[in-house]
Amino acid sequence: MTQKTCLYQAHIDAGGRMVDFAGWQMPVHYGSQIEEHHAVRRAAGLFDVSHMCAVDIKGPQADDFLRTLLANDVAKIKPGRVLYSCMLDAAAGVIDDLIVYRRDANDFRIVVNAGTAEKDVAWMLQQVAAFRATVSVRRDLGVLALQGPQAKDKIGAAGLPAELVEAALACKPFGCAFLGDHLLGRTGYTGEDGFEIVAPLDEIPNIWKELLAAGVQPCGLGARDTLRLEAGMALYGQDMNESVSPLAAGLGWTIAWEPVDRDFIGRESLEAQTAANDQPKMIGLVLEDRGVLRAHQKVITSAGEGEITSGGFSPTLERSIALARVPRGAQTEAGSRVEVEIRSKRLAARVVKYPFVRNGQSKID
Amino acid sequence: MSQVPAELKYTKSHEWLRVDDDGIITVGITDHAQDALGDLVYVEVPEAGTEVTSGDACAVVESVKAASDVYAPIDGEVVEGNPVLADAPETINDDAYGAGWMFKIRGTVDGVELLDADAYAAFVAEEG
Repeated sequence: MTQKTCLYQAHIDAGGRMVDFAGWQMPVHYGSQIEEHHAVRRAAGLFDVSHMCAVDIKGPQADDFLRTLLANDVAKIKPGRVLYSCMLDAAAGVIDDLIVYRRDANDFRIVVNAGTAEKDVAWMLQQVAAFRATVSVRRDLGVLALQGPQAKDKIGAAGLPAELVEAALACKPFGCAFLGDHLLGRTGYTGEDGFEIVAPLDEIPNIWKELLAAGVQPCGLGARDTLRLEAGMALYGQDMNESVSPLAAGLGWTIAWEPVDRDFIGRESLEAQTAANDQPKMIGLVLEDRGVLRAHQKVITSAGEGEITSGGFSPTLERSIALARVPRGAQTEAGSRVEVEIRSKRLAARVVKYPFVRNGQSKID
Repeated sequence: MSQVPAELKYTKSHEWLRVDDDGIITVGITDHAQDALGDLVYVEVPEAGTEVTSGDACAVVESVKAASDVYAPIDGEVVEGNPVLADAPETINDDAYGAGWMFKIRGTVDGVELLDADAYAAFVAEEG
């Protein structure tokens, strides 16, 4: 049984090619994935991400709860700010990666991945029992992402409350504004400026319609994937999962080690992994030869074999790029070379520091 | 609806064949195939002189989404691979039956089970 978002018919009407993604019927593209990708890098694109799930966390100990639940520390953000974090199990496996929007001292909204929403909520409910806080699933809300350098010029056309739009326009990256059930975050998954829009389901079709009428390009999950890969952003289920530590997924920067007495779930295992210094590491690759890097291709390094976790063609760079997990001891300074096995041929790839692309510009040359 | 030119022959793996008078058979992928693959970003064609056997994976098309093999529909010797595809793989998206041809084989279609345009169109419709 696949589910449909409230925009299913709007996607069909816009020429969307629908595919099953994490149990949801979602558009992969509306004609050309590459054109949709370029629209986000050069103008503005709109994604339906209503398959993702908003969860509200409130109560006198909401802050304490999230400081235990998450590997990053919500104490780092004030109301009106946003934090990216992994949610770990005791073994430091990644249950999910998520975005936390802070509304007030003890009032948060989290957006989690579609494929993991059910287990995420079950885990949160299990953990919240020790705290005076509530976990509320908000399937009555939809989520859209308006992304691209022109997003700020287009958001006013969405038909959202003027007060909310004004507050969101004043936000810096990783800021957010709430009004009633509405949330506008200056966040995204593309490496461009933009907004993530959380609004009641019955308003979503109109927001979608108004933004398309304002000339915004509808974009499918295909472009979302190439954009996030260029931006060097990890994809849950592909770059990490419950058997992978954030240290092995290039997400060490999202772990808040300080203060040392914050006892978040997974901390002990992370400390043991750090002491053992045995976790593989994530690197960025650019293919020097012709071809396309793909997930699960073998990477041959100076210290043994690794594997591509996400790979593809970069429409902005017009060549193939990848994220790969390789042994910790491998020589991976920017500019060093590795080989990738593609259809039993070994092709040359260059190690680069990612992101590959930010705000429309190549970051690798 | 994707195009299925009447004068071509087809395979169930979505190649098309054009039989020329001089015994040269031109092969490409169908409009339906390019449409299903999406934007093509890399194409590998066999070199001239390569001996192929019907059913061999002898070329590769990669779209933004995935890599797919293209199969030799007949036995024979490759006489030419389309040289424009290395730099312009999107040619197949733009013109699957014309400028987007992939390779030419010297051989014969006699005795090879191929679909005509109507049968291929019906096959695609059935495959859904």
